[in-house]
Amino acid sequence: MLEVKGLNAWYGESHILHGVDFEVREGEVVTLLGRNGAGKTTTMKSIMGLVPRREGSVKFRGNEMVGLMPNQIARAGIAICPEERGIFGSLSVTENLMLPPIVAPGGLTVEEIYTLFPNLRERAKTAHGTKLSGGEQQMLAIGRILRTGAKMLLLDEPTEGLAPVIVQQIGRTIREIKNRGFTVLLVEQNFRFAATVADRHYVMEHGKIVDMIPNHLLETSMDKLHEYLGV
Amino acid sequence: MIMIFGIPGPLLFGQLLLGLINGAFYAMLSLGLAVIFGMLNIINFAHGALFMMGAFVSWILLNYLGIGYFPALILSPLLVGIFGIVLEKTVISRLYKLDHLYGLLLTFGLSLVIEGLFRNAYGSSGMPYRIPDMLSGATNLGFMYMPNYRGWVVLAALTVCIATWAIIEKTSLGATLRAATENAPMVQAFGVNVPRLITLTYAGGVALAAFAGVLAAPIYSVNPNMGSNFINTVFAVVVIGGMGSIMGSIVTGFGLGVVEGLTKVFYPQASATVVFLVMVIVLLVRPRGLFGKAA
Ligand SMILES: Nc1ncnc2c1ncn2[C@@H]1O[C@H](COP(=O)(O)OP(=O)(O)OP(=O)(O)O)[C@@H](O)[C@H]1O
Ligand SMILES: [Mg+2]
Repeated sequence: MLEVKGLNAWYGESHILHGVDFEVREGEVVTLLGRNGAGKTTTMKSIMGLVPRREGSVKFRGNEMVGLMPNQIARAGIAICPEERGIFGSLSVTENLMLPPIVAPGGLTVEEIYTLFPNLRERAKTAHGTKLSGGEQQMLAIGRILRTGAKMLLLDEPTEGLAPVIVQQIGRTIREIKNRGFTVLLVEQNFRFAATVADRHYVMEHGKIVDMIPNHLLETSMDKLHEYLGV
Repeated sequence: MIMIFGIPGPLLFGQLLLGLINGAFYAMLSLGLAVIFGMLNIINFAHGALFMMGAFVSWILLNYLGIGYFPALILSPLLVGIFGIVLEKTVISRLYKLDHLYGLLLTFGLSLVIEGLFRNAYGSSGMPYRIPDMLSGATNLGFMYMPNYRGWVVLAALTVCIATWAIIEKTSLGATLRAATENAPMVQAFGVNVPRLITLTYAGGVALAAFAGVLAAPIYSVNPNMGSNFINTVFAVVVIGGMGSIMGSIVTGFGLGVVEGLTKVFYPQASATVVFLVMVIVLLVRPRGLFGKAA
C-alpha cells in the first residue's frame, strides 16, 4: 500500500531524514517508534509533501508521491492527523469536521463518527474548534479524516498528553477502523499503547529506520526496545 | 423648516446620505482589502486602481460596445477579476515567501502603472457616465428628497457586503477560506488546491473593487485618479476596523462615512481629517483596530 524508499528530507540547511525505508501493507497498523527528534513527524510530513525539500521515493498503491503537491497526495487517498492536531479556531466544530473534502467513497458517515466519539456530537455546536478540550480536539482531528474516504491514515502521536480513558477510546477507534479495512501509520512514544493496536513496529533513530519488530515479538524484544527508546 | 441641533433638517439629512454613500464605497473597498489580506497576507495597494478600472471598463463597455449599466455591473467585475487572476498568477504569487513589504511595494507599483496607462489613453479630466434612466430622478421621503441613484448605491453596496460576509461566514467555501487563512498547508494537505483558492480570493476581492467602481461611475466622473482619491481614506478604515476582519470592514466603512458626513455639517473644516483623527485615537486605545482579533 505504502512503500517508502531512500527518503531524505531537509528543513532549510538541516538534513533531517537520511534514507528512510519501510513499507505498510494494506489493512495493517504499523507504528514508527523512536526518541524525541528521531524524525518521526518529519517522515509523516514528507509522505504528505509538507516539508520544504524531499528526495527518494514514496509509492502509494504503486504511484509515486514525491514530486506531487500535498493536495494531490491527499486526493490519492492519504490523510494526516498532525501532531499539533490542526484544529481551526475560526471554524465551528461541525465546520472543522466537514472541512476535508471527500476524496474517495467508503469513508465513515458523520453519524458513525459520532458513534465512535459521542463527545463530538455533544460539542457539535461549539463555535470555535479550539474551545474543545485536548482530548476532544484529538477526536475531531481523527474523526474528520475518517469522513474523507482516504484509506491510508497517518496518525502522529494521537494519544500524546491525553487521559487514560481517552487513550483507550482512541485505541478502540484504531482497532475499529482497522477492521473496516483502513491502513494506519501511527507515530507513538508509548509502545505499551502501540502494542495494543499495531501489527508491526519500525524503530527510528537519527532520521533512519534501524529496526523492525513484529508485534508478537515485542515482549521478547523489550530490552532492545528500552535501549532504542531510552526509557 | 425643521431644525435639528440648530441645523436645517434637509442639510443634515443630505450630508448624512452623502456620508452613507461614501461609507458604502469605503465598506466595499475595505472589505475586498480585508479578504485579500486575510488570505494572501498582502496589503493590496493596487485596490484603488482596480476600483478605477471597474469604472473605466463600464464606461468603455457603454461607449464602445453600447453595453449599458446593468450588464456592466456584472461584466466589469468579471473582466477586472480576470485581470486580477492574471496579476496574481504572473507577479503577486512570486512574493508569498518574502516579507509583506514586497507585496506592498509591488502592488503600489502596479497601481502607478495602471493609473498611468489610463491617464495616457484618456487624460485626467474625467468623463461623465449617465445615470441609467431607471434610477434617475428623486424620491420624496418626507423629510428630504433622495436621488434614486444614491439610494440604489447604498442598497446595492449593503447587499454585496452582506452577501460577501455570508459567503465567508456561513458557507463551506467560506469555512475553507477561513481555515486556509489560519493554516494553509494543513488545508492543502486535506486535498484543497490552496494556490488556486488564493488566486480566486484575489480575483474576488478585486471584483468587489470593480463592482464599487461601476457603482461610482455615475456619481464621480470616470477618471484615472478616482481610485487614489478614495484609497487613503480606505486604508484608514481598514486600520480602524482591524486588518482582515470582514464584519469590521463593513461596519467601520459605513460608520466612518457617516461620521465624515456629520463632521461636514457641524465642523466642515475637519471633514477631510476626521477619519485620520479617529484612526489615531483607535490606534492609541486599541492597536489591533475595533474588530481586530488578538494574534
Ligand atoms: N520546522 C523545522 N525546522 C527545522 N528543524 C526542524 C523542524 N521541525 C523539526 N525539526 C528538526 O528535525 C528533527 C526531527 O524532528 P521531528 O519532529 O521529525 O522528530 P520526532 O521524531 O517527531 O520527535 P517528537 O517525538 O519529539 O515528536 C529534530 O531535530 C527537529 O529539531
Ligand atoms: Mg513528532
